[in-house]
Amino acid sequence: MLHEPAVTSGKDPAFPFKRKLGARLFIAYALFYAGFVTINLTSPALMEKVVFMGLNLAVVYGFSLIIVALIMALLYSRACLKKEKSMKVGDTAGRIA
Amino acid sequence: MSVLSVVLFVSIVASVLALSFYFARKAKSASGYYAAGGRIHWSINGVAFAGDYLSAASFLGICGMIATAGYDGFLYSIGYLAGWIVALFIVAEPLKRLGKYTFTDALDANYNHRGIKLLAAISTLVVSLCYLIPQMVGAGVLVTPLLGLPHYIGVIMVGLIVITIVATAGMTSTTYVQFIKGALLIVFSTVVVIVVLIRGLSTAPDQGGRVSFRENQKIAATELNGVLSLEDGTYEFLRVADAKSMRFAGLRKDGRETWWQIVPGGQEGAVILQEAQSVVAKSDGTTIINGSPASKDNGLRQVGHLTVIDGKSGPEAVTGSVGPFKFLSLIGSPDTRVEQWKNVSFTDGQDKVTVYYPVQTPGNKILRPGLRFKIEGKPIDRIDFISLMLALFLGTAALPHILIRYYTVPSAAAARKSTIVAIAGIGFFYILTLFMGLGAMTNGVINLADDNMSAPLLARSFGTFLFAMISAIAFATVLGTVSGLIIAASGAVAHDLMDRYAGIIKSDKQKVFVGKIVAFVVGIIAIALGILFKGINVTFLVGLAFAVAASANLPSIVMMLFWKRTTARGITASIMVGVLSSIGLILFSPTLYTLYGKDPATAPIPLNNPGIVSIPLSFLTLVVVSLLTKKRVANKTA
Repeated sequence: MLHEPAVTSGKDPAFPFKRKLGARLFIAYALFYAGFVTINLTSPALMEKVVFMGLNLAVVYGFSLIIVALIMALLYSRACLKKEKSMKVGDTAGRIA
Repeated sequence: MSVLSVVLFVSIVASVLALSFYFARKAKSASGYYAAGGRIHWSINGVAFAGDYLSAASFLGICGMIATAGYDGFLYSIGYLAGWIVALFIVAEPLKRLGKYTFTDALDANYNHRGIKLLAAISTLVVSLCYLIPQMVGAGVLVTPLLGLPHYIGVIMVGLIVITIVATAGMTSTTYVQFIKGALLIVFSTVVVIVVLIRGLSTAPDQGGRVSFRENQKIAATELNGVLSLEDGTYEFLRVADAKSMRFAGLRKDGRETWWQIVPGGQEGAVILQEAQSVVAKSDGTTIINGSPASKDNGLRQVGHLTVIDGKSGPEAVTGSVGPFKFLSLIGSPDTRVEQWKNVSFTDGQDKVTVYYPVQTPGNKILRPGLRFKIEGKPIDRIDFISLMLALFLGTAALPHILIRYYTVPSAAAARKSTIVAIAGIGFFYILTLFMGLGAMTNGVINLADDNMSAPLLARSFGTFLFAMISAIAFATVLGTVSGLIIAASGAVAHDLMDRYAGIIKSDKQKVFVGKIVAFVVGIIAIALGILFKGINVTFLVGLAFAVAASANLPSIVMMLFWKRTTARGITASIMVGVLSSIGLILFSPTLYTLYGKDPATAPIPLNNPGIVSIPLSFLTLVVVSLLTKKRVANKTA
């Protein structure tokens, strides 16, 4: 209790790799998201344009932001798992000390 | 109110309470109470994340906003989901590694600084309270049609049930309540979307034959010197009122006074009167709706339908079952017309009149941004739009009640996996919101007085069972999210403030006891706020909570992880500036001025969404203060 640190973090040798990969993927997704906001602001009429199976750009881009988020999450998880295995990080890394 | 509604509602509430009492014995320790012992499986935690996150705002508010403002409501779905990318790539694993019960633990892990403990706890409380308001408002909204009870009763019921859930078994019961509710919400929302697609589209929606479609009436008239002569002699002309460059005529028939919109009739002097709906607040305190006193049986008619579908109208426009893409392409066609309703208020003698009138909107304007957010308007409106999208993107990863869920799983890898499950479930649900919102827009189920009920009313158009089920799940949705928020607030006070900051907690048992007392107090505050904010769109309120979270917490989390020169004083200053600037900007915004009963144009801050100012300001403060205090530390060392 009192003012001592609440937790001592466990060692995770794969952490630097995961942090770097996460930051890169975040930037990639943020650019994709920023593109959506930019089109809405600069060429809103473009959002009405039908681009796929009768759907307009607004719907396709909106759905893509959701689906791409899941795909990137799965790719990130796979890369992290691979790295953790190669560095023999147990499933308990990061457990509360 | 139907027996089935009551049975389903009572069953869900009873199940939730039974679960809480069952898990009560596992919540005796602080770890058990605040973090479910850190033993929740990642898959269960992932669905619980969805249950925690898919709040009343997501379900009721977004569907309601899509039903009334089309694609602009879906922007919230996109922004909320995108925020999980920040949570997964930046926050999830480090926070799990560094924290124990609260996000303050993680923030303070490398500093052990009293200021961080104090301010991060205050920030948690502020964000949790901001987020609690819309959830409680949503609870009141649900109970009225489901059980026939007043709004405030719904708010009080949620408050009391949630206090019981949290006070008995803390995070363990909260997790399983959120898991069950998250799964039910996704499954039954899918069912609603499937039946909407099977029903298809029509210009005279009759809810599968349950109700007869009512076309708005029109009366031809001629106008001379402000006096109308009506073709239909059963109506008596009373007077004309002007409001915001529109004109409305008061007519009387069978002793009932109603309001009609005056539109040009083509020839000189000819006009058409279009039937509107009206709410008149009389000077004696009574309310008249559509010419008759307001009562349980006399409210505003539900509205919203297509008048033209891809160039066709009448029987030939009926589509029958459609696929999801066809559904969207038909509604979004430039040759489709959607009847939407707007409102305007004016005074008529001593009375305050609000008239709701129909407007025809082309389909291509419905399925693109612009109906609510004026992206083609003034620069300030466009900045407001950027501000909202920024806050939605950065807010998720800074919500304390979401972050504490990382401490309920055993490892950092489990935290990552559960976030991915959450993204899958939440993303799928948000795609469904577009179909549910548009379903409400085209099936004549929009309640003009409160668009938050659009999704449950859409479900009711398919029969009592689906309505009762969806409403009961929506109620459970509120329970799950509010439980999470109260746990977060409870941890902030008992763990961060009373234990780690003030050092007045002497045992594990005492920390649990204090947490339960705090849960009770926060629950009571939430009840009061839920009653006070009745009638505001819940998604809008959540958008503001996101802005406060993104301003107060995210800069500290990100900089602590990625900038080695971050200091404890930099973090405390950043949190303080983030909280104060975002709340300050909100309090003086046009929307809040409307709430105060003032003219929104006189608001000193022209932005409704503060994120574009408060988030960079918080980042900047952290950098400047860190650089300044680093130097001071270096000087002292020298």
